[in-house]
Amino acid sequence: MKPAPFDYSRPDSVDEAVRTLARLGDDGKVLAGGQSLVPLLSMRLATVHHLVDINRLRELDYVRVDRDVVRVGALARHAHVLADLGAASAQPLLGQALALVAHATIRNRGTTLGSVVHADPSGEMTAVLALLGGTVRVLGSDAEREVPADEFFLGPLESAVRPGELAVEASFPVLAPDSGTSFVEVARRHGDYAVCGVAALVRLGPDGSVASAHAAYLSVAPTPLVLDLSVAARDGAPGDAARALVEPEADIHASADYRRHLAGVLTDRAIREATGRAAA
Amino acid sequence: MTQVREVLLTVNGTPHEVRVPARRLLSDCLRHDIGLTGTHVGCEHGVCGACTVLVDGVPMRSCLLFAVSVEDADITTVEGLTEPDGRLSPVQQAFNDCHGLQCGFCTPGFLTTITAGLRENPDPSQDDAREMIGGNLCRCTGYQNIVASVLRAAELRREQ
Repeated sequence: MKPAPFDYSRPDSVDEAVRTLARLGDDGKVLAGGQSLVPLLSMRLATVHHLVDINRLRELDYVRVDRDVVRVGALARHAHVLADLGAASAQPLLGQALALVAHATIRNRGTTLGSVVHADPSGEMTAVLALLGGTVRVLGSDAEREVPADEFFLGPLESAVRPGELAVEASFPVLAPDSGTSFVEVARRHGDYAVCGVAALVRLGPDGSVASAHAAYLSVAPTPLVLDLSVAARDGAPGDAARALVEPEADIHASADYRRHLAGVLTDRAIREATGRAAA
Repeated sequence: MTQVREVLLTVNGTPHEVRVPARRLLSDCLRHDIGLTGTHVGCEHGVCGACTVLVDGVPMRSCLLFAVSVEDADITTVEGLTEPDGRLSPVQQAFNDCHGLQCGFCTPGFLTTITAGLRENPDPSQDDAREMIGGNLCRCTGYQNIVASVLRAAELRREQ
């Protein structure tokens, strides 16, 4: 239960971090909060040659609302994002999801962008970025990219950040008018990975009917799955539509059938709650 | 391949200079290199909470931190919770009063977590107390007495 030996650098600036990562290429790996990476290293499910610790890059420790997006820097801890009142009122889904991310103690160290880059299909913040259509800003030694969520998640634990690059910021669009959100999940114990989870975003039309309804799913697909349930929501049966569209796999925690059942129940619950909030 | 690094850690107000490889977990560094064995190691992957210490006053899992990464921080372990004159802190006293521990293995993590939790919320409800300890596992006393200890500790702090 100890990580294998590795080399270590702790740059003092973003420039230095990017140069170090570019030099290391495939051998480099970024350490932010480490709340997912360190257990993987300790259990020897992953090994690294060289860790580049970004915990001194104070310039990346920010959460700010910038017109129509909430910008979250790479060193903003979950607890910091959760406590930010500006972010909470601009995009309530952030707080609804973050309250379900592990335990408070883990949220004190883990970073929101780190969790997105980790690209765990059971991770709440991956679903939030996917549902809202956010972006991730990635720096390389000679180029900068803004990667949209639908191109960011390539597979389980695989994001579009390439060797030699550093993800520096996630942008989450703010809540549009007449819209509401909800995040619900079922986990074996409070704070555990969700057996299934659903994030919902509903927008109402001028007559108060559902103009659009989308949902993103945890733990039922290799990458965050986003479904357009607008028609089904107007017909009052988004859960049935979700059950027909998800293709979950079985594992030690739940059968595929049980996950499919949960996806239906949680979809109904999340869409109902998001619709209520949109109308409020 | 691994360099040994000189790391200066401030633990319970005392500076300690240790020579450790980068992979040394803070939990192991505290116990083996510094000799503060009050911090317990349970699951060693961030689930049980026994190794929780305060980093700049904030509870974190010491088994999920590398010692080299917290060089600039002020670390408080269970050994640092007692009052300067050696008396038990309100949280420690409350565990004593309410039978908040039995075997004691998980206790250091509960004490550090609750110490920080009461600073943030000095007057917790029963539900707040449960939420506060939601990330810590106890396998013998059960949680009733630990929740009672949280509420008792809040009472003792108010009396101070």
